[in-house]
Amino acid sequence: MIPEVGHFALIIALCLSIILSVVPLWGAWRGNVVAMSLAPSLAIGLLVFAAISFACLTTAFLQDDFSVAVVAANSNSLLPSMYKFSAVWGNHEGSLLLWILILCVWLAAVAMFSSQLPLLMLSRVLAVMGVIAVGFISFSLFTSNPFARLLPGTPIDGQDLNPLLQDPGLIIHPPLLYMGYVGFSVAFAFAIAALLGGRLDASWARWSRPWTNVAWAFLTLGIMLGSWWAYYELGWGGWWFWDPVENASFMPWLAGTALVHSLAATEKRGLFKSWTVLLAIFAFSLSLLGTFLVRSGVLTSVHAFATDPARGLFILVFLAFVVGGSLTLYALRAPAVSSRVSFSWLSRESLLLFNNVVFLVSTLTVLFGTLFPLMMDALGQGKYSVGPPYFNAVFVPLMAVLIPFMGVGPVSRWKSDTAARWRAELLLPAVAALVCGLTLPLFQDGEYNIWVALAVVLASWLLFGLCRDVWYRVRGASSVARGWRRLTPSYCGMVIAHLGFAAAVVGVVATSQYSVEHDLKMQPGDTEVVAGYSFTFTELAQVRGPNYVADEARFDVYEDGRLLVRLAPQKRRYLASGQVMTEAAIDDGMWRDLFVAMGEPIGNEGAWAIRLHYKPMVRWMWLGAVMMALGGFATVADKRYRQRRVARAAESEGGVSGAAA
Amino acid sequence: MAPRLKLFLPLALFAILALLLFRGLELDPREMPSALIDKPLPEFSLPQLGRENLITRADVVGEVALFNVWATWCVSCRVEHPYLQLLADSGVPIYGVNYKDDDAAALKWLQDLGDPYRANIVDAQGGLGLDLGVYGAPETYFVDASGVIRYRHVGIIDEQMWQTRLAPIYRELVQEAGQ
Repeated sequence: MIPEVGHFALIIALCLSIILSVVPLWGAWRGNVVAMSLAPSLAIGLLVFAAISFACLTTAFLQDDFSVAVVAANSNSLLPSMYKFSAVWGNHEGSLLLWILILCVWLAAVAMFSSQLPLLMLSRVLAVMGVIAVGFISFSLFTSNPFARLLPGTPIDGQDLNPLLQDPGLIIHPPLLYMGYVGFSVAFAFAIAALLGGRLDASWARWSRPWTNVAWAFLTLGIMLGSWWAYYELGWGGWWFWDPVENASFMPWLAGTALVHSLAATEKRGLFKSWTVLLAIFAFSLSLLGTFLVRSGVLTSVHAFATDPARGLFILVFLAFVVGGSLTLYALRAPAVSSRVSFSWLSRESLLLFNNVVFLVSTLTVLFGTLFPLMMDALGQGKYSVGPPYFNAVFVPLMAVLIPFMGVGPVSRWKSDTAARWRAELLLPAVAALVCGLTLPLFQDGEYNIWVALAVVLASWLLFGLCRDVWYRVRGASSVARGWRRLTPSYCGMVIAHLGFAAAVVGVVATSQYSVEHDLKMQPGDTEVVAGYSFTFTELAQVRGPNYVADEARFDVYEDGRLLVRLAPQKRRYLASGQVMTEAAIDDGMWRDLFVAMGEPIGNEGAWAIRLHYKPMVRWMWLGAVMMALGGFATVADKRYRQRRVARAAESEGGVSGAAA
Repeated sequence: MAPRLKLFLPLALFAILALLLFRGLELDPREMPSALIDKPLPEFSLPQLGRENLITRADVVGEVALFNVWATWCVSCRVEHPYLQLLADSGVPIYGVNYKDDDAAALKWLQDLGDPYRANIVDAQGGLGLDLGVYGAPETYFVDASGVIRYRHVGIIDEQMWQTRLAPIYRELVQEAGQ
């Protein structure tokens, strides 16, 4: 019964989304205020029914209703209930429902928190998001119904959730990632609404900026969790693989990063208008493309869902409609003449432009690398695979080129600036950064590493530049406390995010350069020294979990003869599926992680292939990503996004009559 | 170029991309073409695992059979092993090609995990693998009753793969042979 209620709620949601995508747009076209003001209520109604539908599927999972096909294929009565919950989105059908739910959350959020928006704009924005909702809800209902029953022939027990997904990190990874992916639909909808209205001014940039920042922050967190999960769950200590599906989430992030920066120029200076609109379309199109790549099976990946050509075709048609439609609209409506606002080569505008170029080129390189195998195959040139060497070779230099300019950005002025001023402001940070770069790598034992030195120079260049800038801003006030209070949330957000980027750069380079990895055969009693830590394999034990049995290797780790920590990696065999999983044991720390994982058993005497890794500063990377996300969230607190109520009435009047005319 | 036309550039690029993706839907990235499809199984004369004798092409052709390329160093082979056992138990003849592996380790594996194979061809140097055009283990070749390679599957065989893709191919070969 409950699954049918869910199915029915989803059908109602489809109907509501169809109304939402038609009536307010018609209202905006005809100047019908009643039709336009329906949009917010429709958006909230849509959220209610999507939530009911999602709750019904969740109930089916929690109650072990194996008559529902998705539950039977992805859950098991022995599965801990926390994972029964996350199993809802551990499969194609359920994750699509999560996609829909999150889209509706964004829709309702826009409907509720946009009282300052002119009704005309709001109704268009919601209607555009409604069109996207129609696409995804019908995708779910027509090709991947999550509520399909197995009747008759209900299995006694389910096939269990893929053990790879039975992990706390994976409970929140997809929702965060989707918050980001789908969140770009808001920026997209604002861009389309602005194109429809023909008014591409600073105000649409101001409206869409907080939404874009939040979506970008969620996406950052989602990607970071995915990388962290890969690190401890896949069992070989890697944290980024340039896998097509990772790229699918990374490309919208790169485009989104460009968008966040170009929106700044559009809002503050009315510049790059067409460009910003194009980036907004681009970022969301890449989200849709990611969905297509993951769910259609055109690329091989460790993440790929069970695929089906009908699904691929459906998304492709939808993709063609949304992206093709919006790009056509862009071509017809975007201002073709460049704006008359001018800026000199030495100005914040040109630095932001440089940021945009770097991020766009990065996005395109990743896109090219991801699609290259498909391209060659389609052209009949044979099978290719593009691996990390390509991506690293193009991506790393791009980021290295970016950072010197990134250090100048915050201290630079709009419109025009002088090299002399930059020199005066940044000489001290530059010297300090050089000193740090030359000295800090000396603290690491072993050879002086030039790449780490370079990363430290770049990161401390960012750090000291920002410190200097913050100090200049705080210094002018009568007291330090008052000076701090004068910093706006959006400025603080920028500082935190840039510092996070610096931390991530150091983390990535230090861990890539300094990691020590020993893969060897060990049996109980053996000791191995890795980077000054002595790992003793004390015993091998059999342990039993709720739905698995495991071999556990117990290690004592000594530092300078003192017991530091006991680590117990496991090799689990899950009962329902028989799948074997590696569970690494990690002692984490700010400055280094110690990582132990079990490979395969060797011989009969209890010997195993063991991986012992020493990974310095690997946490900095994720910490940096968390800071970037915090920075993104912080910007939303800015007062200027909430003080537009006065102007609202006038704008809305003008807007409606303008459209009717 | 007129300024307005320039704005159509993104649309044009997207159209090309969409065509590419459409073409991509028809392709299967997992499908690895083999030069040997519809060619006879290559000649070989190699040791048989766990026996003293040599095994040759003549010993293995004559009925529809699967040739599974595997090795103890291959993790995916361990994953597909239980399902191969099921297939063997249900009467599908499977020959193993123990590819670039250590004999003792391979025997130990079969002893521990079960032996689904009619016989195992020891391809320690990878010569037979080279003739077959093996990309990596596991791979499975479907050979018909006259000793011609008819299909090649790259990657593991599991329940879903067998039921949806491979079983029909196998049944067709069996019908053809009138077995």
